[in-house]
Amino acid sequence: MGEKGEYNLSIAKSIMVEIDRMDIKKLSECKVAMIGITKRFPGVLANDKVNLYVKEGEIHAIVGENGAGKTTLMKQLYGLIKLDSGTIFMNGKKIVINTPGDAILNGIGMVHQHFMLVPPLTVAENIVLGMEPVKGIVFDINKAREDVKELSEKYALHVDPDVKIEDISVGMQQRVEILKTLYRGADLLILDEPTAVLTPQETEELFTVMKSLKKQGKTIIFITHKLNEVMAITDYVTVMRLGKVTGRVNTKDTNPNELARMMVGRNVLLRVNKKPPHFGKKIFEIKDLWVKDNRNLDAVKGLSLQIRKGEILGIAGVAGNGQSELVEAITGLRRAEAGKIVFDGMNITNWTPKQVRKAGIAHVTEDRLKYGLIVKYPISYNFILAHYDEVPYSNGGFLNFNTINTKADKLIKEFDVRTPSRDVLVGALSGGNQQKVIVAREFYFTPKFAVVAQPTRGLDIGAIEFIHNKILEMRDKGIGMLLVSMELEEIFSLSDRIAVMYEGEIMGIVKPEETTVETVGLMMAGARLTEIKADDSRYEEKDV
Amino acid sequence: MNWLIAISNILINPIFYKSMLNNATPLIFASLGGTYSETTGVVNIALEGIMLAGAFASVVFTYITGSPWIGVLMAMYVGGAMGMLHALASVKYKGDQIVSGTALILLSQGITGFLLQRIFGEPGSSELVKTLPTWNIEIFRRIPFIGSIIGNLSPLVYIAFICVILSHFLIFKTKLGLRMRAVGENPEAADTLGINVYNVRYFGVIMSGVLASLGGAFLSVGELGQFTENMSNGRGFIALAAMIFGNWKPFGAMWASLLFGMAESFSYQIQTQSILRLPPEIKYLFLMIPFVLTLVVVAGFVGKTRSPASDGIPYEKE
Amino acid sequence: MIRDMKKKMFKNFITFFKRDTFVIPLASIVLSLFIAALVILSIGKNPVIAYASLIKGSFGNVQAFITTMIKLTPLILTGLAVAFGFRAGLFNIGAEGQLSMGALAATMFGVYITSVPAIIAIPIAILGGMAAGGAWGAIAGYLKAKTGAHEVISTIMLNYIAALLANFMVNGPFQAVGTGIPKSPEITDAAKLPVMISVQASSLSIGIIISLIAAVIIYVIIQRTTVGYEIKAVGFNPYAAEYGGISIAKNIVLAMFISGALAGLAGTVEVLGLHHRFLGTLSAGKGFDGISIALIGQNNPIGVVFAALLIAALRTGSNQMQFAGIPKHIIIIVQGLVIFFIATERLVKTLILWKERKEEEVLQK
Repeated sequence: MGEKGEYNLSIAKSIMVEIDRMDIKKLSECKVAMIGITKRFPGVLANDKVNLYVKEGEIHAIVGENGAGKTTLMKQLYGLIKLDSGTIFMNGKKIVINTPGDAILNGIGMVHQHFMLVPPLTVAENIVLGMEPVKGIVFDINKAREDVKELSEKYALHVDPDVKIEDISVGMQQRVEILKTLYRGADLLILDEPTAVLTPQETEELFTVMKSLKKQGKTIIFITHKLNEVMAITDYVTVMRLGKVTGRVNTKDTNPNELARMMVGRNVLLRVNKKPPHFGKKIFEIKDLWVKDNRNLDAVKGLSLQIRKGEILGIAGVAGNGQSELVEAITGLRRAEAGKIVFDGMNITNWTPKQVRKAGIAHVTEDRLKYGLIVKYPISYNFILAHYDEVPYSNGGFLNFNTINTKADKLIKEFDVRTPSRDVLVGALSGGNQQKVIVAREFYFTPKFAVVAQPTRGLDIGAIEFIHNKILEMRDKGIGMLLVSMELEEIFSLSDRIAVMYEGEIMGIVKPEETTVETVGLMMAGARLTEIKADDSRYEEKDV
Repeated sequence: MNWLIAISNILINPIFYKSMLNNATPLIFASLGGTYSETTGVVNIALEGIMLAGAFASVVFTYITGSPWIGVLMAMYVGGAMGMLHALASVKYKGDQIVSGTALILLSQGITGFLLQRIFGEPGSSELVKTLPTWNIEIFRRIPFIGSIIGNLSPLVYIAFICVILSHFLIFKTKLGLRMRAVGENPEAADTLGINVYNVRYFGVIMSGVLASLGGAFLSVGELGQFTENMSNGRGFIALAAMIFGNWKPFGAMWASLLFGMAESFSYQIQTQSILRLPPEIKYLFLMIPFVLTLVVVAGFVGKTRSPASDGIPYEKE
Repeated sequence: MIRDMKKKMFKNFITFFKRDTFVIPLASIVLSLFIAALVILSIGKNPVIAYASLIKGSFGNVQAFITTMIKLTPLILTGLAVAFGFRAGLFNIGAEGQLSMGALAATMFGVYITSVPAIIAIPIAILGGMAAGGAWGAIAGYLKAKTGAHEVISTIMLNYIAALLANFMVNGPFQAVGTGIPKSPEITDAAKLPVMISVQASSLSIGIIISLIAAVIIYVIIQRTTVGYEIKAVGFNPYAAEYGGISIAKNIVLAMFISGALAGLAGTVEVLGLHHRFLGTLSAGKGFDGISIALIGQNNPIGVVFAALLIAALRTGSNQMQFAGIPKHIIIIVQGLVIFFIATERLVKTLILWKERKEEEVLQK
């Protein structure tokens, strides 16, 4: 018997032990119990003998860093990936789930981090898809519409059944996702990072919905890495790290610090080494910029801003409020319809990406696989993307492999890219190392200005710290920076000023040390800074 | 001036419209086939080869059994089987759909050429076989002018138009159609709802084979009564253009096919106008018209119509 | 000890040949020939005799060998043409038409440029042919870059248009006097490529050298130049290329131009080295063979040369098979099968892995 066989046997043994140890009565109390779940991907042990016990009618948080294995665990429960080994019990009985269809039959529903919706179909069509009402052989759209209306009234999740998914907001789309699970009669709901796309206020609304679902007897598994949310809404917490469960605790018996320690395995220092700023003169300015999105609707509407040397201007906002279009317009990937982008005294509006880069603007893209990297090129080739045609990397049209390789080795060392060799294809690296390749490339050529979008999305704490410090290093060298991020924490800890974007406009610009998350949150939901201040002063007057 | 007379001669002649319908029929079948396949997210450029195989199979089985209808049925069977092969390559084994389509075109050319020689003894073309008898539709025939166009045509012409209506109904009004569209747009979403993405795609691709082979059968036992080597002659690709122009919808594909049919009809009719006193080699230039039109249409409308979002991308479960 | 070393060497040997780029095409060819053998068997012929006559027909004697080399010359170039397109993520099915347009232009130069020495006439005809083929390919590239029209449909349409244009020319304005199949006048002697070997009616021109040089140049362009870097980047990930400042539109047009120029060169050497005039049927599927060749050669110029040799041998030998009573369409079936298996790479992998597992079991025993 091979190594693998022995390994499987040891897992099987541990499961037996685990089940023995469990009080059978306790198992039957569980809405769902996952015992000894192991899942191996090429090169990664995503879940390592994980046990999960979820009681009926509770809101159960699963917390952990990116890559801790939370989503993998839930995808196995929902039948999207097959488990290598382990057992699932539901209501005390052993069940087998091979496909999402099995999960649905067992009353499990899942709202995915990336919505699983069909954009050109209507809300009603999306909700009933897979369980369509029919009249003879005809799909009964009227019945579907009525069912959806009824359901949305019952759970106070208001949607318009007849609009197309592509025409509604993200918050609305999430409601559709929840209704989809309820339509299938789910009494166990899995919500995978549901708040990542919401404003603080929308998050509050979602929590209200979750509480009311709980009141109606539903069990909810809530995946997140935001500890304040865990404290606010959940009953019980399971903590995961590197594929293993590192803690189980009643929410009321714990605190964010303890949870963070279990998540990261050490005391976390979520503070960065930010020196006092030294601003130079104005390096970058946008005047009344208008940009359209892929559907030809206005995405950026008359936006203006200025950035000085050595300054980081953070753009906060919920995804899809024009940030991507703004970044693409600056870097030449998208046409600006009107307005002006001025950099270093030059009008760079609608320059090509090449011209923008040659002028000295670096761009850390938000989508590293789509834009940032050519995954089938080796690391060394990816380092010279945008500079391959410059001396010394090429000469008279021929690539100069000596300098390309020397530089690759230097950057790999300097930016701590974990790889066996510069010739490894970038696609084979982990997300964190891929991001380091991009940051290394963009920062190495010492730009005069940098557009940095979502620099740490999906990375673990170590990589986040590394990249945050690199960003601040660049700022302290006097480089101006536009930082776009969905993570408020990142915006607050790095920015010198924060601009909040909502529906293509800036709601207000504030300094991080002079404002609160609440104020920024209100702006993210569409309130202008002036209005908020007016409101505040009214309260003050009342107080007086 | 002579040109104006020639063109108006063509336009007032019912034969022009009749031949337009005949030329459009194989395109309608094939572009409907393309619509089925691509609605579920699989690009099928093998239409060209499937038409050829359908044309051949219908002639062979008509030759053997003496019944062109059996020939048509066998063509559908062969077309379905070829669709199945393409589905196997592109759905099950997640191969490159365009490469697999190219392979099927070559296979179809090779196998039909090979068997042609074995069965009929010589390369190039088959013996003449019975064609499908035309249908006389009295109600249509009584209408003046129009009656002489649509009153007496091959049954497959009428069937083509019926297929357009049925396909529209299937894709837009039934449960299966909803699932087909969902799978072509976002297979992952369909999968999470317990829909079997692979089965839906198999259905779409096999249907595309069945329909395209009907187009091929029309060319041989519907019109000519004979199989000639490579007789599909690019129609499978023109049908793909018709599908794009028709915005991946059955009625759209039909209108586009009619337009291409008209162009083809025109390119033949204009050669017969003695008033123009054209040299014989000029026919080669006129024959370009449908191909040039296809090029113009594909270049002019591709960005303006919208293909299914996951068209051409194999679906990979984790 | 020695047995261990032997085992290790054997393992290294195996891992080298286990590389997908080598194994997949090879396994596909073997599978296809096997299936074709079954087809031959099914019509009551002996596949062993069939394949023996195939080999005899392609390499059996000097004349057969020369014929194979003559067939090989344009196939290397059309194979390179398609392979180069694939590197940029483009599926150029239009080598057929580009070859035709290249041949037509080269013939025109060869006919109308008289009274210059060979050293001038030949390069002019070659450049003219390449430019015409390149331009024909660039049309499809331009349409794709400008409007997003898929190159598969547009190059196919351009094939039909080129074929009709060729027929128009040899039946009309560019027709040679005399009877027989329609053809153009003969090119001037100065534009004819020098002959290297001549056996009976077959003579092998230096066209084969031109093809091999082209393969080397394309290899260098792909592997060592900034042009290659850009084109591969666009082929792998156009979004990232654009983000890095590489123009997608420019590279699509350029790649289609180079691809078309290679196909045009194929037509040119056919005219200058073999037919010495333009014929309407000159392309005769060589462009489509380029697709099989590029796929079998895994888009690697060196691989393309060997793949082209295989197809050339099949084509030459198939005439001999025809005499043995086996329709030569069997060769197209073989090509279709090979491409099908290369498309379904995973099917082939499962088949090989299944074989390997068995081998390992045998080894362990």
